Amino acid sequence: MLKTRIIPTLLLKDIGLVKGIGFDSWRRVGTALPSVKVYNRRQVDELIVMDISATLSGRGPDLNEISNFSSECFVPLTVGGGVRSLQDAQNLLRAGADKVALNSACYENPELVTEIAQKFGTQCVVAGIDARKNSDGTYTCYSHSGTKSQNMDPAAWAKKMEEYGAGEILITSIERDGTMEGYDLDLIRLVSKAVSIPVIASGGAGSYEDIYQAIKTGGAQAASAASIFHFTQQTPLEAKEYLAKRGIPVTQMKKFQSSLAA
Amino acid sequence: MNVLVIDYGMGNLPSVKRAFEECGADVLISGDQGDISKASKLVLPGVGSYAQAMDNIKKSGWFDALQTAVREKSMPLLGICLGMQLLAEEGEEHGHSQGLGFISGNIKKIPSNENIRVPHVGWNEITAKKSDPLLTSIEDGTDFYFVHSYYFNAANENDVLARTPYGAAFPSIVRHGNVWGTQFHPEKSSLPGFQLIRNFLSISQNA
Repeated sequence: MLKTRIIPTLLLKDIGLVKGIGFDSWRRVGTALPSVKVYNRRQVDELIVMDISATLSGRGPDLNEISNFSSECFVPLTVGGGVRSLQDAQNLLRAGADKVALNSACYENPELVTEIAQKFGTQCVVAGIDARKNSDGTYTCYSHSGTKSQNMDPAAWAKKMEEYGAGEILITSIERDGTMEGYDLDLIRLVSKAVSIPVIASGGAGSYEDIYQAIKTGGAQAASAASIFHFTQQTPLEAKEYLAKRGIPVTQMKKFQSSLAA
Repeated sequence: MNVLVIDYGMGNLPSVKRAFEECGADVLISGDQGDISKASKLVLPGVGSYAQAMDNIKKSGWFDALQTAVREKSMPLLGICLGMQLLAEEGEEHGHSQGLGFISGNIKKIPSNENIRVPHVGWNEITAKKSDPLLTSIEDGTDFYFVHSYYFNAANENDVLARTPYGAAFPSIVRHGNVWGTQFHPEKSSLPGFQLIRNFLSISQNA
């Protein structure tokens, strides 16, 4: 049976690992490479690395940095931030990314998703969607790290991204991000129901129960989280144990003779 | 150098190289068929579309070089993900295209429904159908990392080493003679993946 994935996310902003709240109030919390190594040693299901200042600074992804990460990462690595062309995607995959996350560029040029999918396969294109809740309960997509409204409903946009060739949707609630108050389950459910490709829930995880709800109530196939793993004693491994006890299938790493370097 | 990772312009080559190195191999990534003679084993990685991959393989001269290396020199070859699918006779992604033809079968799209989302992304378990040196110390139920929309529809059940349930149970490891293929990514499957890579490295030329 396919297992539900728990995916730690690392946010990079100008060479540092950062944490923010509601896509704002960023503070630097260290360098990223040691985190990649730790997560790899702990055999997490997957890792996401987002360079949140790349698009805003008008630059592409930092390929050297990604190359350093991937050489220490023996689980799947998704990289996003500043991907604006087929060449950007190709460079990232060459640098060792397994999947490329697109976000801002899709609104201006959705065909980019198709181009990348046709050349490298749909499975390596993750469409990132950042959304805010409106006062009337509807949602609106935002690009450029939450700074630019796109006048688009996230469920409709997710469906479009699937049609253009995305292999997964990474849906993030901007308000919940970094708050540890729980995922926006309505948002996740809306998006999850709209598409037939896997959905990764993002933004707001503060407890194992939150992660469980993203899967059970939100209908997501994977849950990504940052603050909970970086700033609390909670770990991806315990999150999986929590899910397993409630009947959600998760990976159980077996013992092997081989070991992973510290 | 004992492992040649074939560069035909597609695939996560550095990841494959790093994982094989971590498992003790001496690895060269190369697009030059002349380098085959320096290697004792071949790895055919692959991420991307079938038609494009086969187009690249034919235009670059790898099609003939691989036929010679595998069929005449009996070199062990491991195909990974798309690289596994290329071992089949035919693919149907973006139209029909001829494969390398080392293992009988064709490549079909995973049928999707409400519970089966495609692509099949994530960790899923394998169940062995036969014993094989590639599966040494790997128990049934071990999870590996998959990411694919198509599967290997093997013509001979005898070529299927393991299956994985996603809707129907599709072949997740195939073998015919000196050619092995894994639908999952051992290089991205943490310790279980390393075990499989070490098993491949331990296989002798005449296994």
